[in-house]
Amino acid sequence: MHRRYLIVAAMSAFALVAAAGLGLAFFGVSDSGAVRTGVAAIGGPFTLVDDTGKAVTEKTLAGKPYAMYFGYTFCPEVCPTTLFDLSRWINDLGPDADKLNYVFVTVDPERDTVQLMHTYLSSFDKHIHGYTGTAEQIAKIAKEYRVYYKKIPTDDGDYVMDHSAMIYLMGPDDKFVSLIRYQEDDASALAKLRKLTTMAPVS
Amino acid sequence: MRYLLTLASAALLLAAAVPTFAQSTSIHIDKPWARATPAGAKTGAAYMTIDNKSGQPDRLTGASSDVAKTLQIHEMKVVDGVMKMREIPGGLPVPAGGSVTLKPGGYHVMLIGLNKALKKGEKFPLTLVFEKAGKVSIEVPVESVGAMHSDMPGMGHMDMK
Repeated sequence: MHRRYLIVAAMSAFALVAAAGLGLAFFGVSDSGAVRTGVAAIGGPFTLVDDTGKAVTEKTLAGKPYAMYFGYTFCPEVCPTTLFDLSRWINDLGPDADKLNYVFVTVDPERDTVQLMHTYLSSFDKHIHGYTGTAEQIAKIAKEYRVYYKKIPTDDGDYVMDHSAMIYLMGPDDKFVSLIRYQEDDASALAKLRKLTTMAPVS
Repeated sequence: MRYLLTLASAALLLAAAVPTFAQSTSIHIDKPWARATPAGAKTGAAYMTIDNKSGQPDRLTGASSDVAKTLQIHEMKVVDGVMKMREIPGGLPVPAGGSVTLKPGGYHVMLIGLNKALKKGEKFPLTLVFEKAGKVSIEVPVESVGAMHSDMPGMGHMDMK
């Protein structure tokens, strides 16, 4: 507890979220696959809108395991790379790909409108859905998923976003299963996704 | 002062006026490339290896191109799972007689406010500005959206050097 307060003092209101993300990142480095953790729950209720304009909540994803990634379309590198990797892995899963849901949640709702999310995702596998919302709604889901993000102003009056760069793998019961790190090798990422598909209820 | 003014004007003029500094032979750009951008994306990134053949350190301070409104020299890092991207203050140093590689996961020329999507197979002009060598103009070929290297699209984790 003492240490946590120190961090809070040293950083900002973002520190709590950051610290959680940090712990998760370290966990991610040492994890070996689909392992349930004892850490504070990741995931929770949210209300957003998908890239077709439809309202979505945590119940939209209920029943199927899912992969969730937080990023933004203004991102020149990490986000397109990750979404491209995910698209390849979805392709590699073959018919089993349908056993999972795949969601790209923006951390930049100011720029990432429903229309832009839809256009952007047309460049990736059609299984991937885009979620956006109000700044408050995005703050809420980021908190539920222990995602760190922060707006960083640039000299030209624009801004970029710092953000957690991992894919969360969640069970059909909305519980955290595992995660895929940025540029994790294909074999490892695919093994985790395959494991996740086995958690899907038999239909 | 005259040197500065010249620097600000055309590269040809510069080369004529200050031949010892401005020759593009001091800086060589190897394997420039950019990633194709997803539909609707407003940003992109260009990569390359910069060889400094001269005996003095140089610095990539800026870039321009008609494909994007603003170009910045950026460094990207993933620290404890968090992606951070920043403009490099003062530009990117290129050591004397050495080289620096801009590649995914590290340095890039960020293209902000793209005028059009970058499509695989196309090329666009890019002018790099160096502190000492002045302007160096190149053509940048566009690789696939998942490319990690200039000539090995889609093949990650392979070091070219």
